[in-house]
Amino acid sequence: MNTMAAIEILGLEKTYMVGFWRKRPKRALQPLHLTVEEGEIFGFLGPNGAGKTTTLKMLMGLVFPTAGTARILGREWTDPEIKAQIGFLPEQPYFYDYLTAHELLDYYGQLSGVPAKDRNRRVEEVLQRVGLTDIKGVQLRKFSKGMLQRAGIAQAILHNPKLVFFDEPMSGLDPLGRREVRDLMEQLKQEGKTVFFSTHILSDAEALCDRVAIIHQGELRGVGAVEDLTSSVQGKVEVIWQGTQIPASMKALGAECHVTGDTVRAVLPENQQDAAIDALRRERIRLIAITPLRTSLEAYFVEKLQTSSSETLAASTAGKTLGTAV
Amino acid sequence: MSPRIVYIAFNTFREAVRDRVLYNLIAFALLLSGAAIFVGQISIDIERLVVVNLGLTAVSLFGIVIAIFIGIGLVSKEIDKRTLYTVLSRPVRRWEFIVGKFLGLAGTLVVNTFFMAIGVFGALLYVAHKFSKPDALILVALYFIVLEFLIICSLALLFSSFSSPLLSAVFAFSLFVIGSFADDLRGFATLTHGITRWVATAAAYLVPNFSALNVISAAAHQQPMGSHLILQNTLYALFYTVMALSGAVLIFERRNLK
Repeated sequence: MNTMAAIEILGLEKTYMVGFWRKRPKRALQPLHLTVEEGEIFGFLGPNGAGKTTTLKMLMGLVFPTAGTARILGREWTDPEIKAQIGFLPEQPYFYDYLTAHELLDYYGQLSGVPAKDRNRRVEEVLQRVGLTDIKGVQLRKFSKGMLQRAGIAQAILHNPKLVFFDEPMSGLDPLGRREVRDLMEQLKQEGKTVFFSTHILSDAEALCDRVAIIHQGELRGVGAVEDLTSSVQGKVEVIWQGTQIPASMKALGAECHVTGDTVRAVLPENQQDAAIDALRRERIRLIAITPLRTSLEAYFVEKLQTSSSETLAASTAGKTLGTAV
Repeated sequence: MSPRIVYIAFNTFREAVRDRVLYNLIAFALLLSGAAIFVGQISIDIERLVVVNLGLTAVSLFGIVIAIFIGIGLVSKEIDKRTLYTVLSRPVRRWEFIVGKFLGLAGTLVVNTFFMAIGVFGALLYVAHKFSKPDALILVALYFIVLEFLIICSLALLFSSFSSPLLSAVFAFSLFVIGSFADDLRGFATLTHGITRWVATAAAYLVPNFSALNVISAAAHQQPMGSHLILQNTLYALFYTVMALSGAVLIFERRNLK
């Protein structure tokens, strides 16, 4: 199926002038090229201060880029009308605390152009969806942090947008709340919506995302499908068998073995896989599993963060990275 | 007018009401009723003059304080608290936000002035026992006070679009004080020579001319005011307000919301 790009970021960059008397430039984001396909959940990963929020703010028109452009849902990102099809949850959202959640959502519904006849119904629906019930008449100033986060998610999806931007959506939520938000994001995907979310919680990204991008110090360090990034890049397999016995033939194959309880876990080169199976069979040892060894997203993330800018640039030029521009 | 401006204006009005801004009416009512009773007992033949002077001055000062202290936070508070992010990420133009905020505050002040005006007329009825035709001049004075509020609101909003609340308050209040002596400043300019004259004249015409909008004394003394004055002041206030708002929009349109 031919899908349209939901977001095309074409060299957006941002340099702030800092200092009081002698202003000096500080680059918050190096030229960023990124494409997010329609209907995918895209994770924008990076440590604090990496440039995630700056990128999101530029896409929302809150911060102006120093250079570059972007297209959202096929239109110029500066077109105000495109925002009717976008939902945005800022990081640690704060709302008009003199309003109730119903009033807040009604106000945002008005601004987003939700017809008056549908507004009440939509407000009730989204509040139900984010788990905010029994809060009629309660002003937002009495909400807990987690409740505010839920209200924030509700306002982002209120007008049934095609594309949703979440900046650190799990922030302030308890484990159950995080699970609910993950479920909600998956539901949004099933409804055909595109979800772009920034996070530094890698387990959330690994569980949810179709693709991720890693950004560090304002520079894109890698982009790709989660399966690709976590695939057997080391060319090794993991073999697990019953018992605590480690046959000498396994050691001869170059396996690194670790006994854990009543199982042994061995890591060995992929090309020794058949020989290892034969060795275990000969010793009449029960094989439990044999799987390609996958790098965790965390390991990939740490590796990308440790890569210096020059190395990334050199690798990118040589076409070795997982695509800086996709 | 874009419906989004109306929604933003209504929300600004609602914020002012819920932040108990209109509670100032209680202080105003206490001040005026106390003054009316006191003046009624100690004045002979000038009760009306005193009540009108005191009442209209109080309307003006209460409104100016509200206009400055709410106006300076209209934009900066939204940026500091980041409530602006979820507004501007919708199909809302930045100029619509500024105009909506301005109209919301202006609406709050008009409602506030309406209730204060009822208080002034109530106090007048208490001391004079009846209304007379020249009392209609009080309505003109109240109208000019509202025009004054529009200018102050737009200036507070202008300063709020690029400066901190404290500096915005200082700027707005300073301009109010200088503008209240705009006629004197113009008079001073005619007495000077050379570069001083140029500077004084430019300053005199640049600051808002609040002295032209202050007809409290004339209303209290029942001096007639021509329709040309009403027209002239209306056009002046609208022009100044539009200019200040345009400045606020121009600055805000380019501002990065960090």
